[in-house]
Amino acid sequence: MAGAESLTGFAHFLVGIVINEDPKSKLASDGSPLLERIIGSVRGSIEWFGGLSLLGAQVIRECFRRPFEFGEVIRQVFEIGWRSTPLIILSGLAVGIVLSMHTRATLERFGAAAMIPTALAFALVKETGPLITGLLISGRVGAGIGAELGGMRVTEQIDALESLAVNSFKYLVFTRVVACALCLPLLTIIMDFSGMLGGFIAEAIISGSTLRLYFSQAFGSLAFADFIPATLKTVVFGLIIGGTSSFLGYNATGGAAGVGRAATQSVVFSSVLLILMNVILVKFIAFLFPVAGG
Amino acid sequence: MSEIDAKNAIEFNGVSKSFDKRCVLNNLSFNVKEGTGYVLLGRSGTGKSVTLKLICGLLQPDAGSVKVAGVDITGMDSTALTPVRKQMGFLFQSAALFDSISVGANVAFALKRNTDKSSEEIHQRTQSVLESVGLGKEYDKMPSDLSGGMRKRAGLARALALEPSILLVDEPSAGLDPITSAEIDDLLLHVKQNNTTLVVVTHNIPSARVLGDRLAFLDNGIILAEGTAEELEQSEHQLVRDFMKSKQGG
Ligand SMILES: Nc1ncnc2c1ncn2[C@@H]1O[C@H](COP(=O)(O)OP(=O)(O)O)[C@@H](O)[C@H]1O
Ligand SMILES: [Mg+2]
Repeated sequence: MAGAESLTGFAHFLVGIVINEDPKSKLASDGSPLLERIIGSVRGSIEWFGGLSLLGAQVIRECFRRPFEFGEVIRQVFEIGWRSTPLIILSGLAVGIVLSMHTRATLERFGAAAMIPTALAFALVKETGPLITGLLISGRVGAGIGAELGGMRVTEQIDALESLAVNSFKYLVFTRVVACALCLPLLTIIMDFSGMLGGFIAEAIISGSTLRLYFSQAFGSLAFADFIPATLKTVVFGLIIGGTSSFLGYNATGGAAGVGRAATQSVVFSSVLLILMNVILVKFIAFLFPVAGG
Repeated sequence: MSEIDAKNAIEFNGVSKSFDKRCVLNNLSFNVKEGTGYVLLGRSGTGKSVTLKLICGLLQPDAGSVKVAGVDITGMDSTALTPVRKQMGFLFQSAALFDSISVGANVAFALKRNTDKSSEEIHQRTQSVLESVGLGKEYDKMPSDLSGGMRKRAGLARALALEPSILLVDEPSAGLDPITSAEIDDLLLHVKQNNTTLVVVTHNIPSARVLGDRLAFLDNGIILAEGTAEELEQSEHQLVRDFMKSKQGG
């Protein structure tokens, strides 16, 4: 597929700046002048985003074409969503405990300790929950998809699917992207709740608050406009994670090393894109829901 | 039906294919008649596997056209290719088994996706195809637990499951002992007698003689020599004559 090559250029470029590791970069080692290299990587980036956008367009088009691959979507929801819940719950609890400790330290100074549950709920629901869920899933699922599809590509299993009259894009990429988009909001809700629960545990130990009091304080001032947009924006996170990692895996080249690269880059790119996209989304939501913001 | 008025199952017209400016196939043209065996010979890296992938639409030619069963498949996308591919079986050089499911599930996959058979019928058909390639006992094994030759045979079973009218096989006897290799030749011959068109890539000259009604020798992106085994033995090219003298399998 076109873009596989430009992808490498962009990969080197981004990997270079993001994780500051540029092993035998084609860009660095071919001895071409700096300007050419910069032009090369800018062109690479544009082509890369072009490829990714084409993939997005193709996913949308496939939504309206048979077969819909329901069975495979459900299987992926299980793999991506259900299997990530332990990770999300555990991280949520830990994040909730830590956040509530910080909030307490801050709010006590102003004599506003009663506000702790509310402050925690806002912090979690509006930003921390969605973002941490996105980053955790881009680690667990992004790497998994990148490696799995990359492995299938280099061992000709994707060709084999095609030879059996299966539309491999639909069967492998479409199903994963859709499953990611469906799972992220659900996992975010789980993250929010376990975060609150973690916060309660910390509070209960320190101040002996009751569960009922804690949750009524926490959700008392939280409006739907705080909760819904912030949770729904993770659909976009899901599309980014599923799309980026599928793109990198589906177009992987170069044997086992290529598969490793696809897995690493899936995590790096999807988390970076997700963080950048978050800025735009927060701005956008603040524009649509002026009161609620973020 | 005589061979002359039989229809072409596969037609290559001036097909060229390059990778990164490296020309692999250069203006290649050939036909394969329905129900016959066509053997592609040539040293490694001469584009035999690429030719098979072009027939299946897994690669697109840079120039020229590929016709399969009378349909011009050049430039077709995956969805458009579906009806053509349903008539085709492909054994990959690497076998390309789905490594996350069992051997039986690999074979059953083709049937599940492309037929309305009940799961009972699918199981029976899978079992009988696996038996025909000598893997009757490996239904529940994972591909990673098979030897290279067994994987090859499992890949062949998967390609045969749908009783394709065109069968593409890439080095079926590579990695097989001489006895199994002869068994596979028998199986392929049997398939051909049921009016399936065979395109076989092989380095095994004895099996090329058995399976090939016509043989083509690829070199440097062109067909250096084409004809029956006897004609290739008399070829003006030393390389082709040497190749045909080889006795060993592989
Ligand atoms: N997908 C691909 N990308 C780049 N080069 C390829 C690809 N497939 C085949 N080639 C190149 O084409 C040439 C012919 O390959 P192949 O058809 O596999 O040879 P063989 O005749 O041994 O089967 C080789 O040089 C190989 O490197
Ligand atoms: Mg080959």
